[in-house]
Amino acid sequence: MRHFMGSVNLRQILMPIGQMAIFVTGAGLLCSAVMLVLALLFRGSGADQVLQATQGVGILTYTLNSLPQVLIDGVTIGFVYAAIALGYTMVYGVLQFINFAHSEIFAIGAFCGVESLIALNGLGVLAKASAMGSFLYLGLALVIGMAASGGMAVLVERVAYRPLRSSPTLIALISAIGVSFALQDIIRLVESMTSGQFYRVIPTFGNFDERITLFRIGSKIIDIQVKSVVVILAAVVMLVALNYLVGSTKVGKAIRAVSQDKNTAALMGINVNAMISLTFLVGGSLGGAAGVLYALKFTRIDPFVGFMPGIKAFAAAVLGGIGNLTGALLGGMVLGMIESFAGAYLGTYTMGSFGAEYKDMVAFLILILVIVFRPNGLLGEQVSQKA
Amino acid sequence: MSLLELKDVHSYYGNIHALMGVSLKVEEGEIVALIGANGAGKTTTLRSISGLLHPRSGSVTLEGKEIHHLPPHIVHHQGLGLVPEGRGVFPNLTVTENLEMGAYILDDKKQIEENLENAFTLFPRLKERAQQKGGTLSGGEQQMLATARGLMSNPKILLMDEPSMGLAPVLVDQIFDIIRELNARGTTILLVEQNALMALSIAHRGYVLQTGQIVLTDTGPNLKANDMVRKAYLGA
Repeated sequence: MRHFMGSVNLRQILMPIGQMAIFVTGAGLLCSAVMLVLALLFRGSGADQVLQATQGVGILTYTLNSLPQVLIDGVTIGFVYAAIALGYTMVYGVLQFINFAHSEIFAIGAFCGVESLIALNGLGVLAKASAMGSFLYLGLALVIGMAASGGMAVLVERVAYRPLRSSPTLIALISAIGVSFALQDIIRLVESMTSGQFYRVIPTFGNFDERITLFRIGSKIIDIQVKSVVVILAAVVMLVALNYLVGSTKVGKAIRAVSQDKNTAALMGINVNAMISLTFLVGGSLGGAAGVLYALKFTRIDPFVGFMPGIKAFAAAVLGGIGNLTGALLGGMVLGMIESFAGAYLGTYTMGSFGAEYKDMVAFLILILVIVFRPNGLLGEQVSQKA
Repeated sequence: MSLLELKDVHSYYGNIHALMGVSLKVEEGEIVALIGANGAGKTTTLRSISGLLHPRSGSVTLEGKEIHHLPPHIVHHQGLGLVPEGRGVFPNLTVTENLEMGAYILDDKKQIEENLENAFTLFPRLKERAQQKGGTLSGGEQQMLATARGLMSNPKILLMDEPSMGLAPVLVDQIFDIIRELNARGTTILLVEQNALMALSIAHRGYVLQTGQIVLTDTGPNLKANDMVRKAYLGA
């Protein structure tokens, strides 16, 4: 029996890694295939001729050449979306309610992480840090961001959602939107009072901006930024840990029990409020970590930094099937990938009339299409619960 | 001192006065049946005991300790097991996980495993379905699961809410056999039933609930023979 338990636990760690590998390759291959078909269709078009004239390559070659880089970017942003989407989907799972303040929980994580790095930089320790040291400092910033976001998420639930638990979800939703605006302005207030400006830039330190060469195609080097590797690895570790927590531990099972039937869970001796707080803590921490990673990748953050990633992660959660943890992972990956492809190729293929700035439109159009045909999301529950 | 005692319990849903002074006792080792028509307040009585609903006045005591002001998860810690109305099986947890949730308040892993074995011995069908999701079980299997789960924490008393509801007659017989067997093994049971005939044939004592009040109480056989009960609940 013991041995059996041991193997089950190992499976709980390997399975999500396998899932992630499948989702990443699946989404990547699908997008690449669509792109190559488009490239073939566009041969001889105006876009092709422009490329031949300016860069000396056909549209097919151009697409193929840039494909690896686009895939790497898609995976990186996909993991960030997945980490945020899990916060939405976990809360939805237990309360059937969308925590619209989650985007600001994310922003708080980003700001606290970046502020702690700025403080360390002020002390001069970042500049002197070795490669190993800089990873430790980043780890510290991640922990601070997670603690701040997790704590704030628990506080928000306690103050703004719990008193409304027995009211219609629409009321709690309004409260969430209110909290969202309030937190935005609190961040802005605190930041502008302390330094007179309300945006922050993450200090440059360590070797995060360096690029590691992955492989070469002819004379072309395919490389990946160290920080992208950090983002991907950190996200994978967190997602595996979350999967283990929810799937294999006693509290994880209790959270699932609460999400399915609160009264019965309470009758089994489970403290429902404690489990809901724990859900906000875990979801908030993931959002906070995503915030720090986002800041690392995109360097500049402002109080509204949470809005777009928040909306997209929410969309990713819906795309995957809201309430479903695996779905959030898949949704994040698909949305990240589509966005990356649209950002890279939209301008070239439309000869500049639709630039990369329309990538969000493309991503959301595809989202709408999927939802129309699969209203429960890609991995949403198809069977209703038995009474 | 009775194991479980309700004294003049008044419970409300908002402004609706659902229980109007319910008093009842369950002694250790008994099966006590609480019967009554739809809407008489049977489930409300159980909710008032288990902490899902707090009585506005009166008292509920378990082994002399007042429990009526405690939240449900604390009441459960006092030794009160519950098989809820509609069974309350967690549909997306496996059978084993459902049972583990029944033992949530236990910390001793050996004890949990022992109870799990006991549950599987009592309900071999559940062992066959151990890794299946609760929601995929049939109604009878779900009732077995809910019953086994209620026993997982070694409760002093098991409260059962309509265990026969929605089950085929042959399964009803089976469930009542199980209840009798559980009692023979020493479990005290408070049984809420619409199926008065079945409930009274296995109960030591019974209470008849009508619009939030206990109108009659006697031994099981006497109630079964009582004219009023026969007319109102047994269709005779």
